[in-house]
Amino acid sequence: MTEFAGSQTIIEIIYLVASALFILSLKWMSSPTTARHGVWAGEIGMVLAIGGTLLHHGIIDYKLVMIGLVLGTIIGVPLGKVQMTAVPQRTALSHAFGALCVTLVGTAEFYLRTPNVPRFMMSVLSLEVILGGLTFTGSLMAAGKLQEILPQRPLTYKGQNLVNFLLLAAAVVLAVYLVLNPGEKQLFPFILAIALVFGVLLVIPIGGADMPTVISLLNSYAGLSAAAMGFVLNSKLLIIAGALDGSSGLILSIIMSKAMNRSFTNVLFGAFGQVQVAAGTPQEAKTTRSATPEEAAAILSAANKVVVVPGYGMAVAQAQHKVRELYDALTKRGVDVRFAIHPVAGRMPGHMNVLLAEADIPYDRLMDMEDINGDFPQTDVALVIGANDVTNPAARNDASSPIYGMPILDVDKAHTAMVIKRGMSPGFAGIDNPLYYLDKTLMLFGDAKSFVNSIVHELGGGGHS
Amino acid sequence: MGSTLIDALFIFMLAAFIGFEVIRRVSPLLHTPLMSLTNALDAIAVVGAIVLVGEHKSTLSAVLGTIAVVAATSNVVGGFLITDRMLKMFKSSRPTKP
Repeated sequence: MTEFAGSQTIIEIIYLVASALFILSLKWMSSPTTARHGVWAGEIGMVLAIGGTLLHHGIIDYKLVMIGLVLGTIIGVPLGKVQMTAVPQRTALSHAFGALCVTLVGTAEFYLRTPNVPRFMMSVLSLEVILGGLTFTGSLMAAGKLQEILPQRPLTYKGQNLVNFLLLAAAVVLAVYLVLNPGEKQLFPFILAIALVFGVLLVIPIGGADMPTVISLLNSYAGLSAAAMGFVLNSKLLIIAGALDGSSGLILSIIMSKAMNRSFTNVLFGAFGQVQVAAGTPQEAKTTRSATPEEAAAILSAANKVVVVPGYGMAVAQAQHKVRELYDALTKRGVDVRFAIHPVAGRMPGHMNVLLAEADIPYDRLMDMEDINGDFPQTDVALVIGANDVTNPAARNDASSPIYGMPILDVDKAHTAMVIKRGMSPGFAGIDNPLYYLDKTLMLFGDAKSFVNSIVHELGGGGHS
Repeated sequence: MGSTLIDALFIFMLAAFIGFEVIRRVSPLLHTPLMSLTNALDAIAVVGAIVLVGEHKSTLSAVLGTIAVVAATSNVVGGFLITDRMLKMFKSSRPTKP
């Protein structure tokens, strides 16, 4: 007995060290110069924690554990080596896996403990399974949409919010009943099933442009469900890791919802995709000015300061490497080139930064919205590549616009704005962009990748420097 | 029971505050790697699954637990791998190394 107690203490101390390493790991993420230390700290903490757990005296079946660890590694390695453009769906998928683990453990714990489950334990267990279940299917839906297996368009129907609310209410009512009557174990599968269905219905109505918020929110849910699992298993390490992950997801959700001008409650209750405006109000023929790659190259090379505004369209066209060539060509000519990154550009928080970093663009050239917006009036050319709504001046000055109040990049304040776009179709949210009709705006019609390539070609062949 | 519950709630509260304070300082530049890192750390749930499988109290718990170990381990391995790959790509234009 004392021997067991001794090894238990050792395990707890190992968990204590692992918890400290996890906190340090996140702390080091604050700057790109220390971030990789953060990964190492996390890895050491994880190895310690798993190693310590294997010392647990209750473990008799090592074979199954090893099979699980090996299989998980075999699946995990390819998931760690996906293309950078596939990172959003990979992230959604890993939220699903995390939630799956939590849900399965919760389910197993319930059947091991029933019918003698204390009320508090049963409440946390229900919370764990409901949060885990909805995060699992919700994240699968999000991954499917991002991978374009499922339609990216929001799928909506009448009374959607009511149905969702009733479902969630039903799950909560059943859970409360089960807490009061822990013997009624036949209710448990219903709670689980409702949570799984709820997750699907929660994410199905959400469109691609809202994905950054959804992924952050699912991240938060995954963390909270893991923390609930920590309460069930009385594991302090798990409570800490879950709380860290939960608050991280929450902070990102708040940042994303602010960047889209949604109230936080709006986000919490999953009311996404509501910006679907019956757009397409036939415009009176407004005129735009367009330019050829030669003209664009001439204007860019004559500029002193250029700000590139990338959006999801750049990722879709896989244009980031061509954009790097443009950056190199202009920098060589002494042009100051920076990148303006809107918080919700792309499909997940920080998506654009990763793509541009992958293309070897130095990170000190990547500017946050707050840091760059004041510089647009002194910018000669703002080059928009595959971004739309985040540059729409209607958000600033048209109170009737559905995106009114959303913080935008002030591209229209630059001396010249150039927009690379396939055609004049409105953006994802279906909102017309007055930027395109300004006198200072030049539309560059074409595929982002080939258009940037043509500009680079012109700059290279331009001769005099 | 009561005191362990209260202890656990205290730990949760403190960890949540630490999380807020630490993560608020993370630059938006690194939000994607941050998310994949927290994902990997969150997969520490694997320890719960390992104990569940290892104790082998019932067939159901062993089967569900094994799937849970697989799911969480793939997050640990994949999450750390991709976070490190991403961070390696972030380079400064001003070389800091002597």
